Amino acid sequence: MSMLTVSASPHIRSSATTRRIMLDVIIALVPALIAAVWVFGPRAALVAAVCVLSCVLSEWLYEKAMKKPVTVGDLSAVVTGLLLGYNLPVTIPLWQAVFGSVVAIILVKQLFGGIGKNFANPAITARIVMFLAFSVSMTSWVAPDGVSGATPLAIIAKGTPELLPPLKDMLLGVRGGCLGETSVLALLLGGVYLLIRRVISWHIPVAFIGTVGLLTLLLGQQPLYQMLSGGLVLGAFFMATDYVTSPQTNWGKIIFGFGAGFFTVLIRVYGSFPEGVSYAILLMNILVPYINRLTRRKAFGGAGS
Amino acid sequence: MRRLGGVHAPHRKNTAGSKPERLPLPKEIVLPMSMHIGAPAKPVVKAGDQVAVGQLVGEAAGFVSSPVYSSVSGKVKSVGDFITSAGQKTTAITIESDGQQTLWEGLKPPAVTNLDEFLQAVRDSGVVGLGGAGFPTAVKLTVKELDKVDYILINGAECEPYITSDTRTMLDETDFVAEGIGLLRKFFGKKIVIGIEKNKPEPIRVMKDLTAKTEGVEVFELPGLYPQGGEKVLIYSITGRIVPEGKLPLDVGVVVLNVTTLAAIARYVKTGMPLIEKCVTVDGSAVKEPKNVIAPIGAPIKDLFEFCGGLEGAEKILYGGPMMGIAVPDDSVPVLKNTNDVLAFNKKDAALPEETPCIRCGRCVKACPMKLMPLNIETAYQLKKPELLETYKVNLCMECGCCAFVCPAKRRLVQVMKLSKPMLKSYQDKQKAGKEAKVQ
Repeated sequence: MSMLTVSASPHIRSSATTRRIMLDVIIALVPALIAAVWVFGPRAALVAAVCVLSCVLSEWLYEKAMKKPVTVGDLSAVVTGLLLGYNLPVTIPLWQAVFGSVVAIILVKQLFGGIGKNFANPAITARIVMFLAFSVSMTSWVAPDGVSGATPLAIIAKGTPELLPPLKDMLLGVRGGCLGETSVLALLLGGVYLLIRRVISWHIPVAFIGTVGLLTLLLGQQPLYQMLSGGLVLGAFFMATDYVTSPQTNWGKIIFGFGAGFFTVLIRVYGSFPEGVSYAILLMNILVPYINRLTRRKAFGGAGS
Repeated sequence: MRRLGGVHAPHRKNTAGSKPERLPLPKEIVLPMSMHIGAPAKPVVKAGDQVAVGQLVGEAAGFVSSPVYSSVSGKVKSVGDFITSAGQKTTAITIESDGQQTLWEGLKPPAVTNLDEFLQAVRDSGVVGLGGAGFPTAVKLTVKELDKVDYILINGAECEPYITSDTRTMLDETDFVAEGIGLLRKFFGKKIVIGIEKNKPEPIRVMKDLTAKTEGVEVFELPGLYPQGGEKVLIYSITGRIVPEGKLPLDVGVVVLNVTTLAAIARYVKTGMPLIEKCVTVDGSAVKEPKNVIAPIGAPIKDLFEFCGGLEGAEKILYGGPMMGIAVPDDSVPVLKNTNDVLAFNKKDAALPEETPCIRCGRCVKACPMKLMPLNIETAYQLKKPELLETYKVNLCMECGCCAFVCPAKRRLVQVMKLSKPMLKSYQDKQKAGKEAKVQ
């Protein structure tokens, strides 16, 4: 008999892998990409592809250079690239998209230890860096008809709600905005897929979007449009639910979602920017260790703490 | 329904319909003196002695201990050192079978007319927790304040994948189970509940038929969610009671007995035959013909595999189920009192999955029936911070394996739990010593 393997239990494992989870997220993001190409034209796909390629390449080069095990096979860099691409205007110069990808993967993810170790969402942080660095190209919105146009949130901020696009266009995504954030229907389709596959739970998206709806209702700020506008649906389902940068318990997730919704409304209604989803998520990312501590669950039958 | 965390482990109860077959007599048996939790038994025979079936070869060495009986007749070959699968050194008696299976002349049913005599019988039967724990059953049943006990729960959950030996006990040894329930009713007079996982309709039906005729006994269908057979989980599912940290089931008025344990006690009381053989499920991808086998305790598990058509490309062999079982270094190890299953896996099933970084997905948190946060325990272990292990209560972990089972990063979480516990223990011992030194 050959040498037997001796290892600690358990000796069977579920079929879940990090790669499979990331693949599910990628699948869930496909409808929004199709919608983006339909609304903004083929350049939307080009921008997304450039982001994905430069994210994967950055990760590979960094890990090779640092002689670390190469982890591009886990597909997490693909997810980051897609999400970053979705958060950019379709007209973004490609070199800026590459710059953002490098920031996301190297600065925000790898310098903190790679997958599982970053405290902030790479795509969101990179988007904010780009927003500050390239404020003109990052806010050059084109309406789907090709002419430059304001986003619904900018319209609300200006106090001219009569200029808002019809609700149907809001759902389909025929409006100004970042290329992957406009089609609420496509994003919800992906969100439902993630819920069914149990990749995410309902807590963060429901608490996040619900808080935005409720607070804007109280403030008389077009709650329906607020919920469908900007990067809220994309952010709530795909970015705020990032495992590494969100809490692990259900109550923690609800607090996280509520906080993100609260800060989003604060920025949208009282801030100088029309949109605040990215900032709100980043802010809550920083608070995650504290939320985790606050919501640490009591062990079954545990004494004391 | 009351429900703790857990996982939907695959059932793989391939042998549920396999009526146990008797193993041909092994040439030689090895009886370790430590097949239970507590003090090892003390050998009472020496090399060259002639022994018979059912004869005492190791006597209980203290209250928390259990006697060992020979499962064959023959000659004691040696009394020597033995390393258990847990890595402990103990003594083992090796007996060469003479093929005669002569019964020991002293075998006779014990006189059992009151609780004390019953407890003595349980002690003498050599029965320990046969569900796998191996805790001497007599100790568990020795209750100081009988009126504080409300329930005796019979554990027939058998939640581990593959294992069907408890199922077979309920189907094939129904009379002994009934006998055992009768004894418990007579001497304890408490409410008895048999817990069986919902996914086992046959045993549920048979046990329901049995209990329909008896007062104060019922069957409880447990959810099909591993690990329902875990003592604390079973108690919570059936009674809603929570066993607090550092306490025993008895502290919440509950005694739990495995169903095969109960049948073994009844067999001794009825026939005088102590625990000398076990129904063992033999299964796994490297076993040609998986089946249930009645094997003498001490028989090498190699014989069991041979009886089941032999092994094909075995790369991992386990005592117990795949969730909590112990991997053994070779197939010469013996069937123990608490062996209910031996599994052999082929290369594919034995392969260790590649470990990738934790992505903090929280699946382990959701799966843990003890409501622990395994990912935090792993971090605390990596940081070598026993004070954090204390905060995260690694001591409550029962190593059921749910966390590692669901982990997409294939972290070796149970291994970490096993290593964390001594780290916490030595820290707490030091703290305690420090405090005592201060007091002095």
